[in-house]
Amino acid sequence: MVSIKNLHKKFGALVVLNGLDLEINQKGIIAILGPNGSGKTTLIKSLLGMVVPAKGDIEIAGEKVKDHWNYRKDIDYLPQIAHFPGNLKVNELIRMIKDLRGKDARDKELIEFFKLEPFLDKKLNNLSGGSKQKVNLVLCFMFDSPLIILDEPTSGLDPVSLLRLRDLIQQEKAKGKTILITSHIMSFVEEVADRIVFLLEGKIYFNGTVSELKTSTGQPDFEHAIANILTENNA
Amino acid sequence: MLKILKYSFFDLSRSLWSYVYFLFYLLLGIILLFLNNDLSNAVITLMNVIIILVPLIGTIFGVMYYYDSREFTELLLAQPIKRRTIFIGQYLGVAISLALSLILGLGIPFVAYGLFESAAIWNFFSLLVSGVFLTFIFTALAFNIALSHENKIKGFGLAILLWLFLAVVYDGIFLLILVYFQDYPLDKFALIASVLNPIDLSRILVLLKLDISALLGYTGAVFKLFFGTSQGVIISFGVLALWVVLPVYRIIRVSAKKDF
Amino acid sequence: MKYFISIIFLLNLLPTLAGEIRVCSPCEVKTVKQAIEIAQSGDTIIIEKGVYEEFNINIINKTLHIKGVDYPVIDAGMNGTAFGIKANGVTIEGLKIINIGRSYTKDFAAILLNGSENFTIKNNILENVFFGFLIEKSVKGVIEGNRIKSEGGEEANSGNGIHLWSSSEIIVRNNHVQGMRDGIYIEFGKNCEILNNLSEKNIRYGLHFMFSDRNSYIGNTFEDNGAGVAVMFSKFIEMKKNLFRKSWGSASYGLLLKEISDATLEHNIFEDNTIAVNADGTTRVLFIENDFKNNGYAIKVHGGAYSTSFTRNNFLYNSFDVAYSGRLNDNSFTGNYWSDYTGYDLNKDKIGDVPFRPVKLFSYLVNKTPEAIVLLRSIFIDLVDFSEKVSPIFTPAELIDHEPQMNRIKW
Repeated sequence: MVSIKNLHKKFGALVVLNGLDLEINQKGIIAILGPNGSGKTTLIKSLLGMVVPAKGDIEIAGEKVKDHWNYRKDIDYLPQIAHFPGNLKVNELIRMIKDLRGKDARDKELIEFFKLEPFLDKKLNNLSGGSKQKVNLVLCFMFDSPLIILDEPTSGLDPVSLLRLRDLIQQEKAKGKTILITSHIMSFVEEVADRIVFLLEGKIYFNGTVSELKTSTGQPDFEHAIANILTENNA
Repeated sequence: MLKILKYSFFDLSRSLWSYVYFLFYLLLGIILLFLNNDLSNAVITLMNVIIILVPLIGTIFGVMYYYDSREFTELLLAQPIKRRTIFIGQYLGVAISLALSLILGLGIPFVAYGLFESAAIWNFFSLLVSGVFLTFIFTALAFNIALSHENKIKGFGLAILLWLFLAVVYDGIFLLILVYFQDYPLDKFALIASVLNPIDLSRILVLLKLDISALLGYTGAVFKLFFGTSQGVIISFGVLALWVVLPVYRIIRVSAKKDF
Repeated sequence: MKYFISIIFLLNLLPTLAGEIRVCSPCEVKTVKQAIEIAQSGDTIIIEKGVYEEFNINIINKTLHIKGVDYPVIDAGMNGTAFGIKANGVTIEGLKIINIGRSYTKDFAAILLNGSENFTIKNNILENVFFGFLIEKSVKGVIEGNRIKSEGGEEANSGNGIHLWSSSEIIVRNNHVQGMRDGIYIEFGKNCEILNNLSEKNIRYGLHFMFSDRNSYIGNTFEDNGAGVAVMFSKFIEMKKNLFRKSWGSASYGLLLKEISDATLEHNIFEDNTIAVNADGTTRVLFIENDFKNNGYAIKVHGGAYSTSFTRNNFLYNSFDVAYSGRLNDNSFTGNYWSDYTGYDLNKDKIGDVPFRPVKLFSYLVNKTPEAIVLLRSIFIDLVDFSEKVSPIFTPAELIDHEPQMNRIKW
């Protein structure tokens, strides 16, 4: 599905990705973890072609990412921070994205799912952070693509919505999709992830299941296992 | 591309500034024509306004729109759309809507005044063509600056500086060189220097319609040969077109390599 | 006394008594020359339609009236002068004279008049001529309703349309002159009146005065000439109701004044000229109620101007209203309308409360560096002009219209 070879990226003097290799062929949920600045978002944006890597190749479903755009038809992406054109109304935004994609969408179902009906006629500027995140989720999930990339999907959500999101992700997984997630909420990751990819200093430090992580670090609990990796490397 | 254009339009049509710009020109046209009652005078005043204001507005709008629509751009980037389509679509959205404000804002009062029966129609037409060119040029330059500078304040400042340079400072340096080297043959230099600056070039193209006698009468053979013939006019418009094409080309190049 | 009256009576009868000679190819008299030879003073020669290949047709000391019917063609075949006249009271009317030869040594003309009085040259058509009418040392004549047209060429090998030399009391009226060197040229002329002519596309000047005092030209149109009118070294010239248009080019003027005194310009219109009026040495010249519209320069004063005044003129959308070199002397600009004027009129007397300075610094710069003209109407130049207006350094500070009008002057 996703094949990344020897990926390099610098922002000025700061090396963010430093020869990263990653193959994702399985279906299910893959969590991309790492400390702040480890290159998670850069990696994801490279996949989407938003960041242009200095070196290395990325292929998604057999198609090269560099200078191509058509492959994005089969990706649903949830950006980390929901930036929207502020003077649009929610339903205008949804209509616009549908128009741009030119694809069938299940927006009504999702709006109902996240209880967004009362906000449809409001301008995006006037929405709370949580509501914006819900709009963000609707836009992401409405196209039913085989690859879903979620950058911090939980941010700003209230507990009820968080539960709904968890359900939604499980539903999508059940449909046989590949879902990439980054998140800071370890309990959420532990619960949903089939596989953990841990980034450190622009490379993959660990790639395996949650239980493999626990055994390799010798920590019984997921959060401590992660913390262990970090302290070990900083020490 | 058309979709992006459509949404940029849609976005701008919600911005108060587009209407302010349109109304400004409408008001200007009405005041000049109906209070002044003289077409040639109106065209001269309009030329001064267009030479100063159109580049300024193009610059400010271009920079402002680019920074304000960064979210929209990011949203679009994750969609299956070519980068070139996104940026050129947005650029054209701004430039065309500004050009339309100009054409309609000035055109309506002039048509109402009975322009089509007047001999000044070609003066007015050359004025509008220059205005449209300047809009496209300066919006493209503004996009270039904004693309290369993440910092909004810096981008804005640079854009204004660029305008100030091309609109005023350039001519100052130009004049200084002319006066300083007045003992040398300067006609070729003057010709090239004025063709290279789009504001100067547009001004001269309008002047060719208005003050042609003074221009032709007071200069050497090079000027006469250049501005007096259709060849000169063709070259002038070619250079203006180049001023649009090159910055647009750079928008495509830079945006293709940029990280978001 | 009785004797005298009877002579007058006889003189009056003369035209009716005089004979009439017809010229045509089937006629008895087949050439113009032949007709002139047999004609008596006072006779009328009627030339019927046809082509007459003749030149050097001379009329000496015979008062003849030559009239063409349906414009007979006198074709000089590029040889020389068609008619040479030295006689009083001659009339030439309704002829078409063509193909007068060029010469660098002799002034060949369609009609050459020398030392003649009371002549009339009327309604003739001249085509492809070197000189048109060459009038020398003649008095009291009328040149009226003629059309003169040539294909220009260069200054050296073309002649003037109507050329008056050392002649006086000539009226030149309703003629149309085109493509000559000077349309109308007057040298050492006196008391001549140039009225309602159209002089266009001439290589040098539409109308040219040299050393000619006390003449007037009124109601003429000068268009697209090298320069419209040149008045040089002459006094007491009256210039009224003329239209000067489209004199375009690096040395082109609507009106060129050189060493002129005691002239009046009134109700003229100057339109679309590179320089409308170029004045070099003017004394007691009055510009009253003229319109200067869309010219490069309206007035260019080169110095040597005294008691020259500009009163109640309209300066409309010229690139430069006034360029001025030299001292202001006792010249004045008063009560004109300037379309560039931006002042106000609080006391509503229709006179601007702020005086107007018609000379711009930029015109001074352009004078020194002509290439700077490409900066015309640029913002930088506007700023420079503005600062100069506030505190004049380079332009004559005292050159001011203290009574700028708020409205265009109607005359």
